[in-house]
Amino acid sequence: MLKDVTLGQFFPGNTPIHRLDPRTKLLFVVAYITALFLAKWFVSYGVVLAFLLTVIALSRISPKVIARSVKPLLFIILLTAFLNLFYTPGEPILQVWIFRVSKEGIVSAVLMMLRITMLVVGTFMLTYTTSPIALTDGLESLLSPLKRLHFPVHELSMMMCIALRFIPTLIEETDKIMAAQKARGADFESGNLIRRAKALIPILVPLFITAFRRADELATAMEARCYHGGDGRTKMNVLRFHRCDGAAAVVGMALLTAVIVLRRFGL
Amino acid sequence: MNMASAIEVKDLQFSYEEQEQGQHIVFDGLSVRIGQGEFVAVLGHNGCGKSTLAKQFNAILLPGGGSVTVYGMDTQDESLLLKIRQHVGMVFQNPDNQIVSNIVEEDVAFAPENLGVESAEIRERVDRALRTVGMYDYRTHAPQLLSGGQKQRIAIAGVIAMRPKCIVLDEPTAMLDPQGRREVLDTVEKLNREEHITVILITHHMDEAARAGRVIAMSEGKIIADGTPKEVFRQAELLRRVGLAVPQTEELMLLLRANGIDVPADTLTVQECAQALRDAMRRLDPNDPEEKTIDAHHRDPESDACLQPADAV
Ligand SMILES: Nc1ncnc2c1ncn2[C@@H]1O[C@H](COP(=O)(O)OP(=O)(O)O)[C@@H](O)[C@H]1O
Ligand SMILES: [Mg+2]
Repeated sequence: MLKDVTLGQFFPGNTPIHRLDPRTKLLFVVAYITALFLAKWFVSYGVVLAFLLTVIALSRISPKVIARSVKPLLFIILLTAFLNLFYTPGEPILQVWIFRVSKEGIVSAVLMMLRITMLVVGTFMLTYTTSPIALTDGLESLLSPLKRLHFPVHELSMMMCIALRFIPTLIEETDKIMAAQKARGADFESGNLIRRAKALIPILVPLFITAFRRADELATAMEARCYHGGDGRTKMNVLRFHRCDGAAAVVGMALLTAVIVLRRFGL
Repeated sequence: MNMASAIEVKDLQFSYEEQEQGQHIVFDGLSVRIGQGEFVAVLGHNGCGKSTLAKQFNAILLPGGGSVTVYGMDTQDESLLLKIRQHVGMVFQNPDNQIVSNIVEEDVAFAPENLGVESAEIRERVDRALRTVGMYDYRTHAPQLLSGGQKQRIAIAGVIAMRPKCIVLDEPTAMLDPQGRREVLDTVEKLNREEHITVILITHHMDEAARAGRVIAMSEGKIIADGTPKEVFRQAELLRRVGLAVPQTEELMLLLRANGIDVPADTLTVQECAQALRDAMRRLDPNDPEEKTIDAHHRDPESDACLQPADAV
């Protein structure tokens, strides 16, 4: 059941999107999210969507994978759409009992659904096409000016890197523990919310204990391999901007500009 | 043997601080010397202090008394810490808990990156280390999708990318299946033979210890036997008393001898054992029923499982 979680998963490949510098991609995602929030009407959404679809096509990530990543969020997306549908003031065109649906409601519900889905898919495209290592390297590099303010940039990126490394391991472990508890008659699916939450305790306790043991062993193994913080550390793969990064920057700027201009015209 | 010293432990004292019972004394005066290029297996039952000793070799733990000298460097000298750890690499039992990265080659690069090696040279070291352990084709894979034996070989590559002179492996095969065990052992043997790296292999498997050039048997923080595998395993009584079993082949030979059949007492490999049995049979009447009862006596499932991989070779 937990196998469906694809958060933070990376699909290796050798497409132009994969080859982009992680810093470019990170800044790009920021531009993309800004554009998405500035988008006002279907035309702007269309532009952003066209752009997103191009990225997906270029990256050769299968639509099935993308659909799978949206699935866990379906409930939130539908709930937001539902609230927008009924609570947007406007001229009612349909009334069922106390529920009133307006034309504005329909529009804002559709736009909201589009916005959240595109937001999720867009950020997932970043993790799908960028190895976690590259991603943390990129973040470390982008945040490195903060080092001067004694912000622990290296430590943060190391922590992220390890967290990403252990997500699949811990998920697998959770599955194993759940199976073991089910075999002893544990029931996770019935009862009210409190009962279900209580049923999780026998899963969380062993999970935390093994996680702490793992952390302890990992720390020893890292020390044995001469880890001593970020000082004097080098990298095998040094980040370098290439020509396609320049191109991507231009595209990103264009996207943002287009959405801002369209916004002025109320599109 | 008069080779240069890799590790010298002199009168080592060590105890763990414990909250309730005060101190737990692990070593009270242990001395041992390991020469450069040796392949040493360390045996001992659980809790006798093998891991604690291993952690002394690269200054993860420091002596409470006495000294540990690694390639002429005192482990208590803090300024030499990185140099000591670079000289003595360590591989642990659980491969999952020593791999830091989501990509094989990035993980192998971890140690040289920590040492501040230049990028181009890291690349070269990583490629070479991966080729040495036979995992070059997997360099862009995710470690969690590999088998246990493959993961452990990645961990070994991660250590040899530091260019160590010595590798300490703390029960590296304990969580592996027979196939994985063989992969790891072959790799370790190759490192010792071809790269002349000193290998200290802590293990529970007698057949693995039998492949080493020297076996050290420990009990309660003391060394109780130290010598070539043949010399050590001949002392079956002593080993059994401290909860160590001798290799299956050795045990068979000792039982045969106890039953008055003339076979050599120091056969370690299955081939040697088979040869000795054939010689003994030839000397006896081939139709002698006694021979068969002894044979049947030894057919417990575990020994069968142990012998299978070697038979297949
Ligand atoms: N971190 C620790 N704190 C306290 N006691 C420990 C610790 N690690 C090991 N010990 C104790 O030290 C003894 C030796 O342990 P260890 O070196 O791990 O043995 P081995 O590896 O031979 O099984 C054991 O009795 C163990 O309980
Ligand atoms: Mg141990």
